[in-house]
Amino acid sequence: MIAWLYGIAFVILAPLLGGLVAGIDRRVTARMQGRVGPPILQSFYDVGKLFEKERAYVRASQNFYILGYLIFIAFSGALFFAGGDLLLVIFALTLSHIFLVIGAYSVTSPYALIGAERELIQLMAVEPMIILVSVGFYLASGSFYVSEIAAYGGPLILLLPGVFIGFFYALTMKLRKSPFDIATCHHAHQEIVKGVTTEFSGSTLGMVEIAHWYEAVLLIGITWLFFAWNPLVAVVAVALVYLAEIFIDNTTARAKWGFALGSIWLVTLVSTVANLAVFYIGGMA
Amino acid sequence: MELLLFLILFPLLTAVLCLVLPDHPIRRWVIRVSGVLIGAGAVYLLVTSYDSGMRLIDVPHEPVGMIMQVIVLAIALLVLYLGVRYRKPLAVGLILVQTALVQYFEFQYAPGLAMEANLFVDEFSIIMALIIGVIGSLICIYAISYMRCYHEHHPEIEDRRRSFFFIMFVFLSAMFGIVFSNNLLWFFFFWEVTTLASFLLIGYTRTEEATNNAFLALHMNLLGGIGFALALLYIGVTGAPLGLDRLVEGGAAVALVPAVLIAFAGLTKSAQLPFSSWLLGAMVAPTPVSALLHSSTMVKAGVYAIIKFAPVLSGTVPGLMVALVGGTTFFLASAMAITQSNAKRMLAYSTIANLGLVVACGGIGTYEAVWAAILLIVFHAVAKSLLFLSVGTVEHQIHSRDIEDMDGLIVKMPRVAAMILIGITGMFLAPFGMLISKWASLRAFIDAPGGLVFVLLIAFGSGVTLFFWAKWLGRLITRPLDEENIEGRVKTEEISVLFALSALVIGVCLLFPRIAHSLVEPYVLSIYGMVTQLGQDNEIIMILMLAMILVLPLTMLYFGNGRDRRKLDVYMSGRATTPDMHFKGSAGIDRQLSLHNYYLEGYFGEGKLMRIGVAVSVLLVLTMLELIVVPGVLA
Repeated sequence: MIAWLYGIAFVILAPLLGGLVAGIDRRVTARMQGRVGPPILQSFYDVGKLFEKERAYVRASQNFYILGYLIFIAFSGALFFAGGDLLLVIFALTLSHIFLVIGAYSVTSPYALIGAERELIQLMAVEPMIILVSVGFYLASGSFYVSEIAAYGGPLILLLPGVFIGFFYALTMKLRKSPFDIATCHHAHQEIVKGVTTEFSGSTLGMVEIAHWYEAVLLIGITWLFFAWNPLVAVVAVALVYLAEIFIDNTTARAKWGFALGSIWLVTLVSTVANLAVFYIGGMA
Repeated sequence: MELLLFLILFPLLTAVLCLVLPDHPIRRWVIRVSGVLIGAGAVYLLVTSYDSGMRLIDVPHEPVGMIMQVIVLAIALLVLYLGVRYRKPLAVGLILVQTALVQYFEFQYAPGLAMEANLFVDEFSIIMALIIGVIGSLICIYAISYMRCYHEHHPEIEDRRRSFFFIMFVFLSAMFGIVFSNNLLWFFFFWEVTTLASFLLIGYTRTEEATNNAFLALHMNLLGGIGFALALLYIGVTGAPLGLDRLVEGGAAVALVPAVLIAFAGLTKSAQLPFSSWLLGAMVAPTPVSALLHSSTMVKAGVYAIIKFAPVLSGTVPGLMVALVGGTTFFLASAMAITQSNAKRMLAYSTIANLGLVVACGGIGTYEAVWAAILLIVFHAVAKSLLFLSVGTVEHQIHSRDIEDMDGLIVKMPRVAAMILIGITGMFLAPFGMLISKWASLRAFIDAPGGLVFVLLIAFGSGVTLFFWAKWLGRLITRPLDEENIEGRVKTEEISVLFALSALVIGVCLLFPRIAHSLVEPYVLSIYGMVTQLGQDNEIIMILMLAMILVLPLTMLYFGNGRDRRKLDVYMSGRATTPDMHFKGSAGIDRQLSLHNYYLEGYFGEGKLMRIGVAVSVLLVLTMLELIVVPGVLA
């Protein structure tokens, strides 16, 4: 049931794909802002340069935690693409983020601490939604295994429209897009120093960036599942979803954490209850 | 059979020895040796009976019943005396009502009820016996040096360690009694002993606060006891079987009313809303007491009773009410834990929340839910006892149990901090135990009728849970200053117990598939004829993750020395900062860097959520009782 080959392929290819997506993201963002923007491969140049920087640290243990972050995020993605249990994928993803948070705590910096607390708020805000996404897939397809959800054969998006809306709303936070990029972001004008990554530099920061790439590909994979019955539709849908997220990112200002948490929870509750209740009332569960 | 009697009676013998022996190395050795023997007895029970299924054991009712009745009356008199002495009319009233009910049952109905077997053992009681025997004994051994230290720190408190250890071991004995009793009258007897024991332990310091909290616990548990007594009376009136096995086999038609009444008693004992306040108040007691109440005894008795009656509750409306009380408690108690900076109080909320999950599983009562519930009990017991005892040790060294004061603990007390880390990760992170069981309960809820409510409660509850655990985790490894290691002051015995419990936390995670296959699954199969599993590939992945987490610290050998890298200072916005983190703040005022966690009072305020929780749960509990009182409603 679990195709480890795909998992290994993910570990190798996802950074390439993720970096490419990040490059396109920056280019599209620039165009939206009326700039030319960097080359598509700029993200690779940036990360490559980070690894050439002087090795420095604030607390020796920070690299250990960030390494844990990278390893477990790659692991959860690999598990997803190998077709494993979606809930286990989510739990491994949570574990990886805890490593990031603990890394930020370990450096004992006031700015990193604010970022760490906000990263935790982000986790708390989106955890219900991503659990409910997997519950929705289970109710619709009868399985928690990604391989079986992907092979369901019908358009899951039509069975799970509410869940998809909730997921889309929470995805903004997961992709670290404004207005929900409260822990760390790419918009200097609204950032508290550099949030959770304040004290990370050089190769440590490079590892964080690569982890973000892995995560982006994993999230794209989850989005894909809603449309998996038809690859063509899926490609278009995923591209549109990502484009919409970039658009939202560029047209909104960072929200306060209270609003971010409250609104994501509210949207999660309303959209999933309305959707999933159908399965219970209809006796399909 | 001899083994069961040994497990019930031997702690009693130790208790008496603790009472008569003076504070002398002999008493300490008696406690250590007895602890080891009790633990060994529980393990021996596992080795000899794990594959023999459910076995009824016939122990003659007389003269045991007579002795029990005398003790019950003695307990009633003691409570009556204390109630009058401390002017607690409620306690007096409750004990009078309860005694009257039980005595009426004893004289009117008990002689007419035939009992086939008074004791039994099955896989679930073996699991419970292991929790009580191994963890309970470790806590008692830990308490030896803890209590000595405690009285050195608190000279104003009268040293009553003799009765302390007496009650601790009586508690263990009563717990063994509960999990081995097939006769519900015996069950009830041991149940009442745990109520009294917890009352006495909570009031150990005899301060005004301790006395009040002890009576709060007593009130609530006596109320639950009345529920239990009514269940007995119902059995007497209707002629339903008095044996636990036969009663549960009878199903909802015969056993629903007693099941609901006993579940009510279970809700009080496992500190579910609206009865949560007694467990929060119980933390005034010395830490080993908290550890005992939270992990291996008392609250576990409550959920044990509910799980035992889960097959009866399953699919009924009162059962749904029980489950809703548990689900609500899980979510709200987790949310309230966010606002707590007192480590013991936070742990208490977390206990209440996790028991809520167990109760929700019990009320749902499907085979998947019961499977998840038993695993929850196991994992919670090991991790929570470790956390409580670690906090106790930390408190004695840094003189605070506030999470905000625990920064730098990884430097000050590296081994204890590492063990708290193990305990915390054990409570909420994959691939550790509690997460496995939460996962299993989520799957159980999805398939249950009306399960959407529970799915939502668990989804939101998990988000909240990870917030409050992770910020404590972070606190421990934040190091504002270079501090010295003060761990050498901790007694070796305390550290050894903590080591043993840490090893248990990791051990049960590694052995979890084995525990599930050889104990939990046969039990569930014997009751429901069906069984669930997480799937072998998932188990392999979990073990793989665990291995990765255990290996990952080895990279510290490379990163830890910082040989090939430059040390930088923390970014302080360019302000000149001294090595002890002083800097000139605005208007030139000298300040020191201090870091604090978020507690989100505005969103998760304890008072607000508690009011909501009590209102909702009172409504649910009343509905549950109404359903069995008003005739015809259920039909």
